[in-house]
Amino acid sequence: MKKLLALLLAMTMVMALVACGNNSNQKPAENTPPAPAENQEPAAPAENEPAAPAATSEITLWTYPIGDWGDEATVKKLTDAFTAETGIAVKVEYLAYADGDDKVNTAITAKGTPDLIMEGPERLVANWGANGYLVDLKDMFDDTDMSEINAVNEGVMNACTHTNGAIYEYPLVMTAHCMAVNVNAFKEAGADQYLHLDTHTWTTDEFINAVAALYAHYNDTVGAVYCAGQGGDQGTRALVNNLYGGAFTNAEHTQYTWDDPLNIQALEQLKSMDGIAFDASLAGGDEIAKFYQGALKMAFCWNIAQQLDPNGAKTGAEKTVTGDDIAFMSFPSQDGNSKLQGGIWGFGIFDNGDQARIDAAKQFIKYMCDSAHTVDAVKAARYFAVRTTAEGTDLTGIWADNAIMNEYTKLMPYLGDYYQVTTGWAGARTEWWNMLQEVGAGQDITASVAAHAATANSAAG
Amino acid sequence: MKIENPRSRAYKIISLIILVILAFLFLFPLYWIATGAFKPAADIYAQKPVWWPTEWVSNNFQNLFTKRSAPLYQIGSLEGPTAPAAFRWLINTVFMSVMAMLITCLTAAMAGYALAKKRFVGRGILFSLIVCAMALPKQVILIPLLKEMSALGLYDTLWAVIFPTVGWPFGVFLMKQFSEGIPGEILEATRIDGASELKTFSTVVLPMVKPGIGALAIFTFINSWNDYFMQLVMLPSGNNFTMPLGIASLQAETSIDMGLLMAGAALASVPIIIVFLLFQKYFTQGITMGAVKG
Amino acid sequence: MANPSKTPMSRALQRRENVAGYLFMLPSLIFFLGFVIIPMFICIITSLTETNMTDPGLFGQFIGLRNFSNLFQDEIFLKGLKNTFLIVIVSVPAVCGFSLWVSSAIYKLKGPVLSAFRCIFYLPVVTGSVAVTVVWKWMYDNYTGILNGVLKSTGLVEKGINWLGDPKTAIWCIILILFTTSVGQPIVLYVSALGNVDQTLVEAAQVDGATDLQVFWKIKWAQMMPTTLYILVITTINSFQCFALIQLLTQGGPNHSTDTVMYYIYYTAFKLTEQVGHFGYANAMGVVLAIFIGALSAVQFKLAKEK
Repeated sequence: MKKLLALLLAMTMVMALVACGNNSNQKPAENTPPAPAENQEPAAPAENEPAAPAATSEITLWTYPIGDWGDEATVKKLTDAFTAETGIAVKVEYLAYADGDDKVNTAITAKGTPDLIMEGPERLVANWGANGYLVDLKDMFDDTDMSEINAVNEGVMNACTHTNGAIYEYPLVMTAHCMAVNVNAFKEAGADQYLHLDTHTWTTDEFINAVAALYAHYNDTVGAVYCAGQGGDQGTRALVNNLYGGAFTNAEHTQYTWDDPLNIQALEQLKSMDGIAFDASLAGGDEIAKFYQGALKMAFCWNIAQQLDPNGAKTGAEKTVTGDDIAFMSFPSQDGNSKLQGGIWGFGIFDNGDQARIDAAKQFIKYMCDSAHTVDAVKAARYFAVRTTAEGTDLTGIWADNAIMNEYTKLMPYLGDYYQVTTGWAGARTEWWNMLQEVGAGQDITASVAAHAATANSAAG
Repeated sequence: MKIENPRSRAYKIISLIILVILAFLFLFPLYWIATGAFKPAADIYAQKPVWWPTEWVSNNFQNLFTKRSAPLYQIGSLEGPTAPAAFRWLINTVFMSVMAMLITCLTAAMAGYALAKKRFVGRGILFSLIVCAMALPKQVILIPLLKEMSALGLYDTLWAVIFPTVGWPFGVFLMKQFSEGIPGEILEATRIDGASELKTFSTVVLPMVKPGIGALAIFTFINSWNDYFMQLVMLPSGNNFTMPLGIASLQAETSIDMGLLMAGAALASVPIIIVFLLFQKYFTQGITMGAVKG
Repeated sequence: MANPSKTPMSRALQRRENVAGYLFMLPSLIFFLGFVIIPMFICIITSLTETNMTDPGLFGQFIGLRNFSNLFQDEIFLKGLKNTFLIVIVSVPAVCGFSLWVSSAIYKLKGPVLSAFRCIFYLPVVTGSVAVTVVWKWMYDNYTGILNGVLKSTGLVEKGINWLGDPKTAIWCIILILFTTSVGQPIVLYVSALGNVDQTLVEAAQVDGATDLQVFWKIKWAQMMPTTLYILVITTINSFQCFALIQLLTQGGPNHSTDTVMYYIYYTAFKLTEQVGHFGYANAMGVVLAIFIGALSAVQFKLAKEK
């Protein structure tokens, strides 16, 4: 028995010693000096960016699944190339929309935040930036950068800049969010007559008729107003707002206006349609999957990255799993001239108090977002570049050989206001999906909308 | 001699039939994991459920193994060869559960003995504290615990999950109940023989509470294996993922690639089910012992 | 709980007992104090403050009991409290009753059959909550799930039921999963308890002409009381551990119908809402929950002592 006890003790201690080294991304100070970058000099060194001697040998990047920025093989190629040029290793963690925010917030509490985070302004600027966790990146933009970005879209820098003047996101890619239809199913139900596949637009009446035709044919839900959480809520917002021309916020981004009668009318219309279900068991990602597998005949959570690789499943562009054709469509509106929601993705840097790491992270951003390598970084995301040129490399033609991308540019002019940076955004979107759940459960629409919009506005101040 | 009346016989037959049906229902999720892991995409995405795979394929496992990679192990700065992350998750989970089990058994056996047999001052208060804290869900102390782990430099290490598991006082309670059964005369006799406290504990007490330790070991192992919550909060980086975290992250990312998820679920549950089936006797014995004494 | 030495101890002996007792307690106490009691203490203090994620220190500004008074006006919290109790009140008796019935039906079966049944009911426990949750999520799926598939093909329903998306069904779906992962241990316990019932008492009663039912309640049930109490305790503990189910299946929705206090604490602390990082408030919930659970445990143990 004594032996057993001794053995237990010994094992405990040995394992304790062994495993203490498991602490992997906590101690930057203990990292060995950087591997000499000269050894791994790439064949064609970038002439524009003299590789600064790195003081940090490893930085961490947490990325949400933005196109193939959620795919390990793709990201590894990008970061390996970066490491080869700079000697800075990049440790990547892949977040999901379902619990990624929780993880970042937990890490903030435990002071274990990564150096870099990849997402959009609604999180980086309106939340973590606004709360002072991110580094102001203003010094990374000179006039050339600004003009290169503004040449694509004037709203991008505005969205990446906080009202206090600090820039918390260095943008990489952008797109307009749209919806998608299963063309085969529409044809089968005789609803394809309502689709204008050449312009990718349709009117509210056409949408209503199409859903009715689909429902008559399938006798089941054909489109879902998903509301399990905030994931993909840009789709439900765009659907509701465009149907009768309502707005989500005022133009100054100081107040939430989704309680206007036009939005209530839209919600009442959607609620009354047999083929449309308010589904509190689905979030945006689930809806895409249900559409991809053919259960739903239309998806409200769609964009060009999905069109190129539906559900990220690598089973072929523009096809569902069963091989049906997918067409992307603008959201329906009364005159067909809809306002689409923009998506802007880029990098933010967490302020971990270590200037060397911040510098290394900035080096990474410069490499990905504004250098000869930006082409690869943009293509990995499967979206459009936010700038015309990156340090002399022309980015306007990088998708020229891609017919789907070219076709998609037809939707880009419909890009609407980027209002996701209105104060109290995180609260507002929470109110939004909770409101949709209530509408779905049959509560009075006007009352529910009024109550939730009021709560959102109380946070907007 | 018992006389079976027809009514009780009918009752027995009916209840047996219901039991068999229930057994099938209980087995069904497992069956669904096992077949789902080998179903081709067409079966997975079929609108009507496919009860039996039309074709057995392995690509769900291939996807699982190629999706993420991680060094197989990490000891200090020494890293193992890069392998599918799922194997690392498995190694992490085993390490975590075994460590939690060993430390808990050791500390709880000692504390349980002291609480049952030593008349030290403050024993009553301590025991009440233990009883009250036993049912406490970890969410209650989530935030202080997270900050504490961060301050100790244990955040994002497996120890941040192991230590709170050890601290959970159920083990001490269980071992106290067991130790009550040790006859005081034997302890007295050993003491009169001049044995030291530690010797008494290791030669007399430990053998007598062995079944209790078995029960506690099983309990702790399974609990720690399944403690998704603490793992979620304490282990953000992929290299420290455990099986439950790994599957949950797959679900969050791929949402509906059920084949992949079932492959993950199968990989997570098969090892522990095998352990269970092998040691089934000890499982049931251990559990029972715990209750009879408790 | 017989006291081994009824006579008052000498001072030297008392000191020896103190030293030995605390030395044996020490390893366990380090973990218990360090990772349960101290955090609990911090939790209580922070619940009286306005501590936030942005605060650099451990505690924020002292605001007295305001968190608590806000808590009881917070509809979501009250819903969560209600749901927490609903889960406990439904699942604890259901698990106990079900496992008692199963055990009494199987404990007399032949060895291999008995252990097969025991095994099957225990399997969901070892499979692991996350693996079980993931497969149930698929089974509940309202478009392609097997549940709706069966109901539709047998014509019981025309349109699929949105099990997890309907406020009326969601919480019951969660309770069902919790139930299947909870009955394993009680069944094992009851089987052995029934096997240990004093047969002479049973036979004596039968000779006196007692019916099976009377034998069961008057003799077997009484003898199994300690087992039942133990099962009550572990099932109650188990019912509070339903976080994984809620996080992975419903995230508290729809309409907060599956919010529990445990989940709402996490939600308030870390979900990206306007209230994110409201630690003082979250800890106040923790304190309320701890008080309820402490009271519940106290009642259970008082019962246990009386029996």
